[in-house]
Amino acid sequence: MSTPLARPKRKNPLARTRLPLLPLGARSRTAHGLTAAAAEGRFALQVCEDCAHVPYPPRDACPRCLSARLAFGHVDPNGRLIAETTIRVSTDPYFRERMPWRVGTVKLDAGPVIVAHLHGDTVEGERVKLALKLDKSGSAVMLALPAQETPHMQADPHLREMTCDPRYRRVLISDGRNAVGQAMARAFSEAGASIVFVGIADPWKPLPNQAELSKIERVEIVPLDVTDTESVTELAAQNGGRIDIIVNTAEHVRPGGIIERGNLSVARDEMDIRYFGMLRLAQAFGPVLRFRGADGANSAAAFVNLLSVHALMNWPTYGANSAAEAACLSASQCMRAELRPGGVKVLNAFFGPLETEWFQIVPPPKLAPAALAKAVVAALKDGNEDIFVGDIAQDIRERLKTNPKALERELGSH
Amino acid sequence: MPRQPTARRSYDGVVACQPVTVPYIRYSPESAAWWIGRALRQLVTQSGLRPQDLDGFSCSSFTAAPDTAIGLTQHLGLTPRWLDHIPLGGASGVVALRRAARAVQAGDAEFVACVGADTNHVDSFRTTLSTFSRFAQDAVYPYGSGGPNASFALITKNYMNRFGARREDFGKICVAQRDNALSVPHALMKQKLTLEAYLAARPIADPIHLFDCVMPCAGAEAFLVCREETARSQGWAGVRILSTIERHNAFGDDPIQTRGGWAMDAGELWAMADVGPDRIDFVETYDDYPVISMLQFEDLGFCGKGEGPDFVRSHTLTNDGSFPHNTSGGQLSVGQAGAGGGYLGLVEAIRQLTGTALGKQVPNAKIGLVSGFGMINYDRGLASCAAILARSA
Amino acid sequence: MPTPDLLTFANAVATGAIRVIDLTQTLSPEFPTIVLPPEFGQCAPFRLEEVSRYDARGPAWYWNNFTVGEHTGTHFDAPIHWVSGKDLPDNAVDTIPPQKFIAPAAVLDCSAEAARDPDFILTIDFVERWEATHGRIAPGGWVLLRTDWSKKSYTDYAGLRDDGAHTPGPSPEVVKWLVEARDVLGFGTETIGTDAGQAHHFNPPYPAHFYMHGKGRYGLQCLTKLDQLPPKGAIIFAAPLKIKQGSGSPLRVLALLPGGSA
Repeated sequence: MSTPLARPKRKNPLARTRLPLLPLGARSRTAHGLTAAAAEGRFALQVCEDCAHVPYPPRDACPRCLSARLAFGHVDPNGRLIAETTIRVSTDPYFRERMPWRVGTVKLDAGPVIVAHLHGDTVEGERVKLALKLDKSGSAVMLALPAQETPHMQADPHLREMTCDPRYRRVLISDGRNAVGQAMARAFSEAGASIVFVGIADPWKPLPNQAELSKIERVEIVPLDVTDTESVTELAAQNGGRIDIIVNTAEHVRPGGIIERGNLSVARDEMDIRYFGMLRLAQAFGPVLRFRGADGANSAAAFVNLLSVHALMNWPTYGANSAAEAACLSASQCMRAELRPGGVKVLNAFFGPLETEWFQIVPPPKLAPAALAKAVVAALKDGNEDIFVGDIAQDIRERLKTNPKALERELGSH
Repeated sequence: MPRQPTARRSYDGVVACQPVTVPYIRYSPESAAWWIGRALRQLVTQSGLRPQDLDGFSCSSFTAAPDTAIGLTQHLGLTPRWLDHIPLGGASGVVALRRAARAVQAGDAEFVACVGADTNHVDSFRTTLSTFSRFAQDAVYPYGSGGPNASFALITKNYMNRFGARREDFGKICVAQRDNALSVPHALMKQKLTLEAYLAARPIADPIHLFDCVMPCAGAEAFLVCREETARSQGWAGVRILSTIERHNAFGDDPIQTRGGWAMDAGELWAMADVGPDRIDFVETYDDYPVISMLQFEDLGFCGKGEGPDFVRSHTLTNDGSFPHNTSGGQLSVGQAGAGGGYLGLVEAIRQLTGTALGKQVPNAKIGLVSGFGMINYDRGLASCAAILARSA
Repeated sequence: MPTPDLLTFANAVATGAIRVIDLTQTLSPEFPTIVLPPEFGQCAPFRLEEVSRYDARGPAWYWNNFTVGEHTGTHFDAPIHWVSGKDLPDNAVDTIPPQKFIAPAAVLDCSAEAARDPDFILTIDFVERWEATHGRIAPGGWVLLRTDWSKKSYTDYAGLRDDGAHTPGPSPEVVKWLVEARDVLGFGTETIGTDAGQAHHFNPPYPAHFYMHGKGRYGLQCLTKLDQLPPKGAIIFAAPLKIKQGSGSPLRVLALLPGGSA
C-alpha cells in the first residue's frame, strides 16, 4: 500500500538545489505513436489491420504477416505481472539518483509482453492495468498500476515523477478576476495545493466575488497584470522560487472577425492579454520553473495554457480571438521544448464556448468554468499534455482528424 | 537424446587453430582497432604467416563503430577476398567459425582470421547500452536503465519461480568458474569465490547480485580457420568441427525466455556430430548470467527443461570435476571484452583440445562443446548457436 | 506694454525666485485609467518595455519603448476629442496655437466638500461665492478644481462601485456659464475625467466635455499638488505632444508661482 504523501518540509534556503536530469527520451518515430496516446491520457498499441496481431515494441512490419498497416488503436490495457525486479544499479544519471527502481514484465490479455515501470502497489503474479505516461523526458513509457484502485495510489513515487499532482504544490492562477480563474482557485485548493496564489490586476477596480475568493482555503491574492512586464517580473522575482504550477487564466474574449472589426484596438488587447501575457509569464517564470524541475516533492511541475479549441481551426464569429489563440498554441509548443530540460510539462487544455458572459448568445453545449477547472486538475494528476474538454472541443478534434477543410467551411458558415 | 539423420554437410577438411588472447584490462583509452590490431599481430607472429597471407577476415566488435570490417581492412592493411562482420555479441565466435569454415571448404579463402574484440572506455558501457538496438531504446532503456542486468533479472526471477532454482544453484556455477579461473594469468577476477561471499554480495537488480554479473573490460580473442592439410603442413595443432547449429529469434511467443534456439536444433547438433552428451569432455557455455548457462545445459540436451538446478546440484563443474564447465573461468571470472566474450569459450575450447590451456588442462580432453548466445534486442537473447569440436587426430 | 525681460524671468526660475510646481502624476503602469463599458474601445494604460539596460541588448545604454493612450495619466483634452468640437478650427493638439499652452489659473478649493461627498458637484453658486472672496475669474485662463483627490489611494481615487465611478465634477450649468460668462481657456481636475464620475446621468451627459470642447476650450485631468497653488496668480505651462490630429496627450503640467511660501 502506498504511503500517503507527507507534506514536504520547508526547503533549507542554504542548500543547493538538485538539478533536473532526464531519462533517455529518444524514440523511433513509430514508437512516438505511444507518446501521442500518452499526451492525451489514452492507452493505445499497434493493431495489425490485416491479421489483428498486437505487436510490441512498436515496429514497422507485422511479425506475423509482414503487413505495414499497423495503425495505433485502443487496446485492452489489462494483463498480469509475470516477473518483477528491483534495479539498484544504473549507468544512467537520472535513474542512478532514483534507485531502487521497480520494473517488470506484463503479459497483456491482448497478447504482447511489455516491460513496464511498476507502481508500488503491484504484486508479482497478480493482475495489473497498464497506463501510458509521459516521463520526464516527455516520451511515453508504460506504467503498470494495480488492477483496482488502492489507497493513496497517487502518492507512489514513480507516479508522482510522471505526473503533476497539485497536492502540496504551490499554484499561481494568473487572473482571478474572471469566472474561470475563480473556479481554478477553488479546484486547486480542493486538490490539496499548499498555496493558491491568485493574481489580480488593477486592484483599484472593484472585484466582485472578492469575499468568496478570499474565503477559499489557502488562497493568497497577489498583484499581477499579465499586460505589464514589470508586474509579472516583480511577482516572479518575489515568488518564482515557490510556485510549482502556473495556470494562465488571463482571458480576453470578444466577438468579431478580421475584416469586419475595422480597427486594431481590440485586436491589440487580445494579443496583449493572451499572447504577450503568456510570453511575459513564460519569460519571467520559465527559467526558475526549469531550474526547480527536480526540487523535491513539490518540484516545479507544469505550465497550464487554457486555449480555445479554435486555436486549431478559426471560428470567424470569434475570428480575431481565434487567431490570438493560435499564436498562443504555437508559442506553447516552443515552451514545451524549452521547459523539457527541466522536466516541466506544458499542459494545453482546449475548450469550446464557456458558460461565461462573452459567450452569452452562443447556443449550448457550453462548458462550465468549474468543469474546465476539474478537467485541468485531473489532467495534471494524470500527467497529460493535451486535453480536449467538453463536447464542442472533442467534436472539433474529431472533425480535424478526418477532414480539416470541411471543418473550416462548417465553422465559416455561421 | 534421439539421433536423427541430417542432411547438413559435414565440416570435413577444415580446422580451427592458432588461439589468440590479448590480455584483458578493465579500462583502456585505446580504440577497438588497436585491440583488433594486437590480436592480428599476435596471430601472425605465433603462426608465422604474413599479414598479406590472411585472405579472409571476420570481425566482431561493438566499439569499432562507426567502422565495420571493411574500414578495418584499410586501417590494418588487409586485402581479403572474403570478408564478414558479425554483430552477434555472445554468439559471434561460433557463428564466425560456421561462416569461415564453409568459405575455406568452398575454396573461397585459405586463411581466415576471426577476431572478437572491444575496447572499454570509461563511458563505453553506458554508451553501448543506450544505443544498443531500436527496441532497447524504445522499450527497455527508459525503464530504469538497468541494462542487461535488469533484463536478465526478470528472466532469472521467472526461472526461479517456475523451476525452483535457488540462488545457491547459480552460486555453485559461479564458484566453480572462479576456481577454474584462478590459474588463468589474465583473468580479471583473481580471488577465490566462496558460496557465502556469492550469497552475501550486494544486489544489482533483484534477484541478480554482484557475482552474477560479468565485468565489462577491454580485450581481444582470435583464431584462424584453414584446411586441415594446410594446418598439418604448417605444423599447427588444429581442432575439427563435428557439428554446428545456429538459430535466431526462437520461441518468440514465450512470454519470458525460458529456452533458447538450441532447443529447436539440438537434435541436429548431436546427429551431425554422431556423438551424445555422455561423450562430451567439457562444455563452454555463454555465461553472461548463470541462469543462461543453466538454460544451455537444458536446451543442449544435458538434462530436461527445468532440470537445470538438479543437474548443477548433482555435478561438479570444475576442470577436474564430473562436468568441466567454462574451463578458463568464463566471462564471469575472466571478464567480458565486449564481442570478445562471444569468442572466449571457443578460443578456450581450441586450447583445451590442443593441450595448450592457459590455466588448468581438462584431463584427456578429446571432444568439447561450445555454445554461444546473445543480443538482448528487447527482453530476451535472440542469437544462439553451438558447436561440437574434436581434437584433430 | 513693454516686452518683459525674459532673461530675468529665466534667472528667477533658476534661482527659485519663481517657484516651479509639478502638477503631473508620474506615468506608471499602476495609475488608474478611465474605464468604459467593455463593448467600447478602452484607453490604453501606460506600459514600459525595456529595450536594453547596459547589457547584451545594448551595452552602454538604457532605454525603453512605451505604449500609452492619448488620455492616460495627467493629460490634455483637445476640442476634437468630443463630438461637439469635431469641426472647429485649430481643434487638435497639433493645431492649437501654442500661446494657448501658457495661461494663468484660478484654483477653486472644494477639498472640504469633496471629502464629505465623493459625488460633489461644482455649481455656479459655489463659483460666485468664491469670486466674492477672490475676485472675478479673468478671461482666457484655466479654472482648476482642487478636490485633493490626488492624495487618495488608487482604489478610492478611481471611486468605482457597481453603478460606476463616484468622483466630483462640474454641473452642466456651471460649465456652460464658465465658457459663456467667464470665457475660460479650459477646465482642469485632479480626477480621471473633467466630468463627475456619475456625469453619464447628467443632461447633457459629460457636460465638461460637451460644453468645453464644443466651444473650442480645453481640458486637463489627473492633476496633482493643486493644494500648493494660490487661488489666483499661478501661471500654467501645459503643452501637449504634437500628435498629428491628436485628441489629447499625456503631458507635463507645470505651475509657476511667485517666490515665498505658497
